[in-house]
This record gives sequence, structure tokens and C-alpha cells, in this order.
Amino acid sequence: MGLLRRVGRFWYDFLIGDDWLAAIGVLAALGLTAALTDAHNPWWLLPVAVAGVLTMSVRRAARAAGPGHAEIAPPGDT
Amino acid sequence: MTPEVLLVLGAFLASSVEMVEALTIVLAVGVTRGWRPAMIGVGAACATLAVLVAALGPALTQIPLSALRVFVGAVLLVFGLQWLRKAILRAGGVRALHDEDAIYAREVALSGEKETAATGMDWYGFTLSFKGVLLEGLEVVLIVVSFGSTGGHLGLAAAGAAAALLVVGGVGALVHRPLSRVPENSMKFVVGIMLTSFGVFWGGEGVGVSWPGSDLALLGVIGFFALVALVLVTDLRRRAALTSRVTSGA
Repeated sequence: MGLLRRVGRFWYDFLIGDDWLAAIGVLAALGLTAALTDAHNPWWLLPVAVAGVLTMSVRRAARAAGPGHAEIAPPGDT
Repeated sequence: MTPEVLLVLGAFLASSVEMVEALTIVLAVGVTRGWRPAMIGVGAACATLAVLVAALGPALTQIPLSALRVFVGAVLLVFGLQWLRKAILRAGGVRALHDEDAIYAREVALSGEKETAATGMDWYGFTLSFKGVLLEGLEVVLIVVSFGSTGGHLGLAAAGAAAALLVVGGVGALVHRPLSRVPENSMKFVVGIMLTSFGVFWGGEGVGVSWPGSDLALLGVIGFFALVALVLVTDLRRRAALTSRVTSGA
């Protein structure tokens, strides 16, 4: 594998992992918080939004796995 | 108490807070990903800081810390969330618990595929440790420069920060062995909570959020995500028990 591809894959795995929707969700929450800080101090927004994204991501993964589908974690798995 | 003593004490306390945050990240990486990448990350961050301080000196106060916080916070948040999600799925029985022997066997079979196999270096661990120490280190430098330059006592402020480094570093050296004995999956659960919380805290600070209680709010954020994670695990286990009862009853 080329060096560039390896570096690209490392950053994709590092930042996005196996749920790109969750990654986009938290970045959107960060963006929304940034947009609202001019008029308010929405300190509660980011934790609540991230908790919501986490809940949806966990539920989606559980549905996809179905009952009794636990496997050995893949190599390099965090 | 003389102003000089107060200055050293102020620099010591303020630096200690930042160093404890960096230490938490380094311990988390060391225990879960290995001490080698964690310590190389610390070394690389310290070297980068030394070069920055030597090259820029007091001009360091011009570095846009908010932008850096947003970047590091966003990276930690996205990465920490992945980590926490997997830990919850494991604890809830959806994903199997980490089996290092099986992973090693599979990793050897897939040699050449992963960064660790190709270079002998865990870049995940290195990057996490590097970013955490660099960000907190920069904050310590800014504390020293601002404390020191106001009274013209840069040396005293630096001495306060150096004392903080000795104390916090000593605590880290003492606790890293007991922490290594905590079961891996439990530790990953805690680390997922910590990384996500730090990401939310720094990311929020970076985009202009003013946390109630300042740095103490971090404890509240950690408590909040611990609660969310435990509720999700309980929910997954309850659903699994319900499914198995339905299946066995059918």
C-alpha cells in the first residue's frame, strides 16, 4: 500500500472509524454551538447533542448486529 | 505572603490544572494502547513545545488558542465517541469483549495491513498523547508568560510551573502501575468517557462556550457521559435479555 494511501487510511480510521454519521453529527453539533455562542452561552447544547448522537449510533449498531451476533473485536480495534 | 510567593503559587496551581488534564490523556493512552506510543507522543510534544518557545518566546501569546482548542477538541470528540460507542456495545453484549490473543493471531495473519504491523508504531496512541500534551503544554507556556511578564518575574513563574511538572509527573509515575492492573475492557470504558468529555469541554471552549464553574465543569461533563453510557449499557442488556426470553419461549 502506498504511503499516501496508508496515511489517508490512518486519518480516516482515526477520525471517522466505522460510523461516519456519528462523526458528522458531532461536528454539526460543534458548528451549531459555535453559531449560537454570539447571542447566547449554549454550554448545555454540545453535551446533550453528543449524547443524542451516541445514543443513535449505539442503537443503530445494536440493530445491525441483531441478537447473539457478538464477534471478536477486529485487529487494532479500540 | 509576599507577591513573589503568590506568583509562584499561582503559576504552580494554574499549571497543575493543565498538567493534570494532559496526564489524564497520557495515562489513558498508556494503559489502553501501550506506554511506548504514549511516551513517544509526550516526548515529541515536549520537543515541539521547546522549539516553539525557543523560536517565538513571548510572541507565543499571539497563537490563536481558541482555534487550536476547536481542532484538538473536535478530533478528541470524534475519536472519543468511537471509543465510547465500542465500549458500550461491548459492555452491553452486542460486541464481544476485547480478546487480545485472538486479535494478535488475526493481526499476524493480516500483517502488512495495519500501521502497527508495518512500522512497529501505534500512531493512534502517539497522536492522542501528542495532541493532549501539546495543547496543555501550550497553555502552561501561556500561563508562565502571562504570570511572569505582568510582574517581570518570568523565572519565578517558570519555577512554579516546573514544580507543578515535578508533582504531577510524580503522581503519574506512582499511579500508572496500579492503573495497568485494571481490566482492559473496564479501562477502555472509562477512557471512552474521558476522551469524549475532554473533547466536549475543549471543543466547547474553543467555539466560545463559557462553562459554568470554569475548569470544574469538566467533572460535570465526565459525570454526565458516565451516566449516559451506563444507561445505554443497561438498555442494551435489558433488550438482549428480553430477546433471549422471547427466543427461548418460542
